[in-house]
Amino acid sequence: MYRSLSVRHKHIVWAWAFLAIPVAFYVVIRFYPTANAMLISFQDWNLLGDRTWTGWKNYEKLWSDPVFWKVFRNTFVYLLIGTPVSLVVAFAIAYHLDKLRFMHGFLRMLYFLPFMTSAVAMAWVWRWFYQPVPIGLINNFLSTLGIPQVEFLRSTTLALPSILAPAVWAGLGFQVIIFMAGLRAIPGSYYEAARIDGVSAWTILWEITIPLLKPTIVFIVVFSSIGFLRIFDHVFNMTTGDPGGPLNSTKPLVLMIYQTAFTDYSMGYAAAQTVVLFLILLIVSLVQLRILRDR
Amino acid sequence: MPVTLGNQFKSAALGAAAAIALSAGAATAEVEIEYWQYFFEARVNAMDQLILNFEAANPDIKVNMTTFPYADYRTKVAAAIPAGEGPDVVQLFYGWLNDYVAAKLIQPLPSDPFSPSMIEEEFFPMVAAMREGDNYWALPTAVRSLALFYNERLFDEAGIEGPPETLDEMVEIAKKLTMTDDAGNITQVGITAGMTAQDHHWFREVLVRQFGGDPYLDDYQTVNYNSEAGVMAAEFYTGLANVHKVTAFGFMDEPQAAFKAGRAGMHIDGSFRIGALNKTRGLKWGVAELPANSEGMKSNYSSYWVNAITTKAEGEKYDAAVKFMQYVTSDEAMQIWLDVVGELPAKPSVGLTEANSNDAVFGPFIRGLAYANTTKFANESAQRQILIDMVQRIDLEGQSAADSIAVAAEAEQTLLDEYYN
Repeated sequence: MYRSLSVRHKHIVWAWAFLAIPVAFYVVIRFYPTANAMLISFQDWNLLGDRTWTGWKNYEKLWSDPVFWKVFRNTFVYLLIGTPVSLVVAFAIAYHLDKLRFMHGFLRMLYFLPFMTSAVAMAWVWRWFYQPVPIGLINNFLSTLGIPQVEFLRSTTLALPSILAPAVWAGLGFQVIIFMAGLRAIPGSYYEAARIDGVSAWTILWEITIPLLKPTIVFIVVFSSIGFLRIFDHVFNMTTGDPGGPLNSTKPLVLMIYQTAFTDYSMGYAAAQTVVLFLILLIVSLVQLRILRDR
Repeated sequence: MPVTLGNQFKSAALGAAAAIALSAGAATAEVEIEYWQYFFEARVNAMDQLILNFEAANPDIKVNMTTFPYADYRTKVAAAIPAGEGPDVVQLFYGWLNDYVAAKLIQPLPSDPFSPSMIEEEFFPMVAAMREGDNYWALPTAVRSLALFYNERLFDEAGIEGPPETLDEMVEIAKKLTMTDDAGNITQVGITAGMTAQDHHWFREVLVRQFGGDPYLDDYQTVNYNSEAGVMAAEFYTGLANVHKVTAFGFMDEPQAAFKAGRAGMHIDGSFRIGALNKTRGLKWGVAELPANSEGMKSNYSSYWVNAITTKAEGEKYDAAVKFMQYVTSDEAMQIWLDVVGELPAKPSVGLTEANSNDAVFGPFIRGLAYANTTKFANESAQRQILIDMVQRIDLEGQSAADSIAVAAEAEQTLLDEYYN
């Protein structure tokens, strides 16, 4: 049978033979659990007893759950503040770092270091920074100046930005490196031509650099959006004890899913939330790809 | 090469077969039962000791203990028992009982030798939460209760004679122990506060009752703290921070951390904290019973882990499991548990011995058991969250205690209704 195949067909057979392993792997650890999660979202299951069919009940509960809408809003606040801020800051750093020769490697390393650090360790260090006196670094400093302390993590308004700051900082290194690679890829002749024409630096930035960086920007926006929509480690570790911050002020969707599943043991309700998160990620990614695609 | 590989497989297969045959041979000589608990070093050590004693007294029974990390425990138990694997005797938190019963993971204890009248006579009253009809589902070896820890060094420095006996005294003493810096921030609290720790138990079962209320009705299925007593309790509790300014919520991240660091004069916590505090160098601390109200009324909260026989245990394994249950709920086992783990005996006959009830450390906890209540939680962490939010609405958003208690009571009632119906 195999012998009678043409060379081209033999190649195809071998390609599939090798692909079979990753395909089987993905089916078992990705597609099967995904399908199962969608199934569980229509069921009631507390991990102990039997699964019972409940239809749309979990989704109806989600729709009328005020905590879900608060969490939904928080998730988008993380996305809508986190992504633009990190994009602008990362570009500014990359743009200037690219022009810098003195200690270039060292500075780049400093920016990249937080990206390599464990998010858990970093979250606990920042948690300590934010504590009230007598232990918090920032508040101890304010206190020596006679300024009353700021309740960073125990405030319904400041807690979310306080958690977002280290999360942005942690992702910055990666984005700076990607931006720098994008900047290096722009041919120098464009800049030379622009300078000969006597164009201002601002125009060069707007008319040459940013348009040519578009593929890089698309990649970073999609990548960091997915990251902020899935934010968990920083929030969970900075607010353990009262996970999700005072009155759910910092709780993102992933943390709500985790709590519903593993502290309330409502697997069906958690699965319904997961399906919603999946749809959000899908829609946001598709919309971004469409908007930012080359026309 | 293929030949030797084949031989290796063959000999490995033979070895495995021999091992199975051997262990099967051993199993016929005696009954083997499985015991499961989650991993907590002192508890594992204590159970090792209990198993040794039990096996010495019952040479025909062998007990194998398996432990799991706390985070995996529930899923492992849930997966193993229906599959006919896993434990014959299992440890679970009292609050999980309903779920375990509903999932048919455990079976009731036989009324001989575990008759309800015997249990109610011999055990502390809060064990009654494990009763259904004419049977008990499970029984504890040890129980936990709350008490007031106080920092003796800070008390001496402030010239305070001893721990408070009433809530009013507690507030006055806390005022003397509180310190602030030039910017007006608290740097040392008179008493720790935080619903994230044990205070939600203190609030539910102690403060609400002491202000004249009854936190729940209908066997903990109806929330009843949305009352004058509940509002007064909430005002008292948040008043510690907002009126008397003797504490700050979130001070030093966690209440027990503040107490361990010597930055808190008083701290309400469970008997399970004793071990950690004993290991804290340079901390001189004492324990007192929780303060009474102005009429001298005392209350306490007690929780416990229980052992139960699973639905997997049948025939001779069931008989062996019953014997093992009898031993782990015996006076001897309870004394060993107290000495090794520091958790309190579940029977007055062991707890209220002269030595135990007058013990400087265990005494206040054990005396507290006599008037302790045990909340029947549907979902402890969710019910705790409701009280965390209740305090935060008052503390951070300026909501009145009456409104905040009403919101909390409604949320908790919804949760209980969903669970029980």
